This record gives sequence, C-alpha cells and structure tokens, in this order.
Amino acid sequence: MRFEIYVALRFLREARSQTILIITGVSVGVSVLVFLTALIGGLQQSLIAQTLGAQPHIVVRPEEESARPMLAKRSASNEVVFSVVEKSAQRLRSIREWQKVVHVLSDIPGVAGVSPVVLGAAFAIRGSASRAVALYGIDPERFEQVIPVASKLRSGRFDVSGAFVNLGVDLADELGVKVGDKFRLGAPGASGDVFVVSGLFDFGNKEVNLRWVLVSLRNAQTLLDLVGGASQIFVRVDAIFAAQALSEEIAATTGLVSDSWMRTNAQLLVALESQSRSSQMIQLFVIVAVAMGIASVLIVSVVQKSREIGILRAMGTSRKQVQRVFLLEGLIVGATGALFGSILGVALTLLFQALARRPDGTLLFPFELNVRLFATAAAIALATGVCSAVLPARRAARLDPAEAIRYV
Amino acid sequence: MSDPVIEIAGVTKSYGGEVITSALRGIDLRLDRGEFVALTGPSGSGKSTLLNILGLLDRPSAGTVNVLGQPTAQLDDDALTGLRGRSLGFVFQFHHLLTGFSAVENVMMPMVSVAGRIEANMRASALKLLESVGVAELADRKPNQISGGQQQRVAVARALALSPPLVLADEPTGNLDTKSAAEVIALIRRFNREMGITFLIATHDLSLAASCDRQINLVDGQIEFDRRGKP
Repeated sequence: MRFEIYVALRFLREARSQTILIITGVSVGVSVLVFLTALIGGLQQSLIAQTLGAQPHIVVRPEEESARPMLAKRSASNEVVFSVVEKSAQRLRSIREWQKVVHVLSDIPGVAGVSPVVLGAAFAIRGSASRAVALYGIDPERFEQVIPVASKLRSGRFDVSGAFVNLGVDLADELGVKVGDKFRLGAPGASGDVFVVSGLFDFGNKEVNLRWVLVSLRNAQTLLDLVGGASQIFVRVDAIFAAQALSEEIAATTGLVSDSWMRTNAQLLVALESQSRSSQMIQLFVIVAVAMGIASVLIVSVVQKSREIGILRAMGTSRKQVQRVFLLEGLIVGATGALFGSILGVALTLLFQALARRPDGTLLFPFELNVRLFATAAAIALATGVCSAVLPARRAARLDPAEAIRYV
Repeated sequence: MSDPVIEIAGVTKSYGGEVITSALRGIDLRLDRGEFVALTGPSGSGKSTLLNILGLLDRPSAGTVNVLGQPTAQLDDDALTGLRGRSLGFVFQFHHLLTGFSAVENVMMPMVSVAGRIEANMRASALKLLESVGVAELADRKPNQISGGQQQRVAVARALALSPPLVLADEPTGNLDTKSAAEVIALIRRFNREMGITFLIATHDLSLAASCDRQINLVDGQIEFDRRGKP
C-alpha cells in the first residue's frame, strides 16, 4: 500500500465521527443529484414520448403553392406597377416521385423509419352522427416503424387492408361503433364508402383519439382523389434531438419542405430546456454546498492534525506527500459518498415511484436510472472531493514542521 | 580526526521585522560519529532553534550546515526532507507519537514515508527495534494505551528506524519520572555505544548532561562552553 493511502485512510478512521458526518453530507448531495436527474430525465422522456408518440419526428411535404406576381402594366413614365397578390388556397397535392423520395430518405444515416402518407380531411358518418376526421392513408408496416400503432390498440387488430379501418377510442365512442361495426367515410363533396372497424387505438391524446382514422394508402388515395400519390412522408429518426439537423439535410437533399418536431413543438423544447436549467442550478448549488462541507471539515482536520503533520515532516515526509494525503482524503470521501449517495438516490427514486402513482396504479412516469447517470454522479462527487481538498492540502503542505511540533 | 556527522559554521538565526531578535549568533559546531553530547542552557538560550537547524527543520539566517559532508544551503525543500529522513532521527519531549497508529506502526512510519510504500520486511524490522527497546509486547497498542516511559521508548525506536547516524533529542526525559528517565537514557546510551549513533540531547537536567561525553552550553545564542569529558 502506498504511504499516502495508508496515512489518509488512518487519518479518516481516527476522526471517525467527522468522517461519517462528511461522508453523510456527500451521500445526501449525491443522492439529490441522482434523484433529481432521474426525476427530470424521466419527466422529460415521458413528455417527449407523449408528444412524439403520435407524431412523426420529421414531416416531408411538397412546397406550398403560391401565385406568381405578374407584371401588370407599364405606365407612360415607365413606372412598373404590381397587382396585389393574394395567398392561394392550398389543395391536396402529391409529392412528385414519392417512391423515389422514400428510397432516398431511407438511405440517410440516422433515419430509423420512413412512411408515405395520404393525409386529408374527411367525414365519418354513422346514422345521424357525423364527425370531421383526419384521414390517414398508410402502408401499415412502414407506418408502424414511424408511429407504433399496434402497441396502442385497446381492442381489435392493426389491420387497414381492404375495407378495414382503425380509429381512436374517443371517435368510436362518439360514433357509437366498436370492432366489427360499419360506418361511412367520405371526403367533402364526395359520397365516400362504407368501412369496417378492425381496431380501436388509444394514444393517450384526446385530439388523436377523436380525429384519426387509419385506412390503407389506396383507399385514402381514392377517397381524397389523389390516385397514386402521397401527400406527406413521415420520418422517424434514431436520435430525437438530431431531428432538426436531419430535417435540414432532407430539405437540402430533396428540395421538399421538411419540418422537424423540434420546430413544430418549439414551446415544448423551451419548457424542457427551462426544466433542465432549473435542475442544473439546483444541482450546482448542491455541489457547491457539498464542496464547502468537505473543504471546511478537511481544514478543521488539518488544524487538528498539525502536530501529526509536523512529526511526519520531521521523519522525512515531503510536502508533496502531505498534500497528496489530504487530496486522497477528499477523493476517498468523494468516492464513498458517491457509492452511498447512489444507493440512497436509487432508494429515494424507488420510494417516489412506489408513492407517486396514477389512480389506476400505473407509474406516473418512468424514472431514468442508468449507468451514465451513476457514472456522472460519481465523477462529480470525486471531482468535488478532490477540488474541495486542494485548499486544505496546500495548507497542510505549507505547515512549518518545527512550529507544528513545538506549539501544538 | 574522526568522521563528522554534522558541521555548522557561523550559523545565526534572527527573527522579526522591525525589531530583530537574534536567537543564534555565530555558532560553529561539529559533531562526530559516535559522540554522546548534551546541549544545555537556560530557557531562551537558543537550544530549540539550534536543534531545528541541525535537524534541517529550519534554515539559518546566515552560516553553513553540512550533513554527512553535504552542504545543505542550496538544497530545495524536497532534497532537504529526503536528507533529513535518511540521516536524522528525532526524539521529542512529549514523545510525539502518531495517535492513530499502533506502536509498531509508529516505528514503521519513517520507513514507509521514505520508501513511499509499505514493504514486506518493514513490520519485522519495526518489531525488532521495539524488542531492542524492551516494549515488543506493546507493539499493537495505541500510544494512549501505554505509559509515558513506554511511549518514549517507542519514540526512541522510531528515531532509529532508518539507522540514522545522528539522533537529536529535545528534552527526552523532561516529561518522565526519575525511574523512566534513567531507563530511557540508559537505552539511548546503549544504542550510542553499540551502534555508534551520535546523540545530541538538549536538556535542563544537569546530572544527565554530566553523564554525557561532551557538554555544550548555550547562553544568549552563543556557545558559552564546549567541553569534553566529565567535569
């Protein structure tokens, strides 16, 4: 065993109550770090999952139609006069050569799923009940890669082949249909067709549950008069926070309009960022408090150990060795605190999970406890331990051995 | 002429800023291998200051200090510490054992400190030293579990841990009863005779000083007399 470790461990053991107190302080600090990070991480993951659960990460669509300003007339004084240009109403259009675009998008690194979609407004009618719906024409296999539907089914199956449709549980309630029932789907100005409910989904989102109707791509093309077309392409990415960069890359590659979830949910991003900042501020204050605790206890320890330091110096212990003894004390305190703090943090998290549940007993949201979190907490605790020990260690190393032996 | 262990010339030590106090004034001194020397003088005469300078715990304001023929003026703190660890042993009035370590660990400490790590033979060597000072059975006791005399024996064993040629003892019996004091002095005298270790003992005890081979008396930071042989 090295001299510095030997002495540092013994000094810590000798001042047992101080050591226990300081390790408890570090443990509490680390547990707060672990708990808070797991809580905020879980909360954010839950928010993102809820928001993106029924939303593609990137939507690719054709450019909006716009009227071109025409040169109206040239006056006698040669002045050019433009007429007022009004924004034209948008009609449902297909992405040109969408099959090729789907192929191109699938090959972009970081893209996890690509699904062509025909999306338009329609009416769901059953008896006297009529509801405006968002009609999604989808290729079920591809759609499932972008927005998982099968796992959200409350009843029935994920099947949109032939005349089968999937719709949300709230819409089914309003129409009074269940799996196996028939109803009519039609676009504005068209009579539409009769479809059979094959499955009811619940995305935990009222808007989606009330508005979405999933049919096959071919049925949507026919109903919305977009034969052979796809009005949008939905994209899922591997890293959700890389969506904006990928969206820009897609727009540049395809020349189409590409919107990421980060742009369409800017407010959510701001909220998440504010949450992270608040959490980081709390964590910073905790770290500062822990650091001050370690530093003050070690400074007291240096004063208490002045005589011992003087004796060691007289026996041939160098200033650097003395300095390393106290740095090691900080490191040992930090490491032990990190270990107990992580255990305490997990216990706190599990306790919170057990207590804070929905009325049906399910988790409020999953906590994010992973190796990275513990590694970060441990690294912070170790760094705090060592940094806090720098001042006491330097003070110890500067002690004049002759003075220390004589007066203490 | 015998081999000098330590040699100082023209050593002065002054303290203070505007008002300067001179603790030592032009001391010339040489200690040879195997000497058994008493350093006497009234309180404030500069004994402790001289011991600190001889022990390389303090630097003189002027003058030279050579240890085993090596000049120390140009040595940096690390080199000075290394030289101190290898060449000098200390015995203090209040034993100054490390309270958190057992007797045997206290004796091992100079070995561990200089080697930078605990080595296999260190405990055996420390136990042998404790045996030679007659407290081997107390090896695993902490300092507060043994008597003052026993503590000072352990301190003597620790001072000898690295077989230094010179041991500086500051009032080694000052805190002991007469019987224990006599035992400790007999002990260090034995090491002086058997191992040829030089001892410089700062003391107020005139009978102890009289039992030494040489007596140096300091008054007001200067050597009043330096006489060899018993008076």
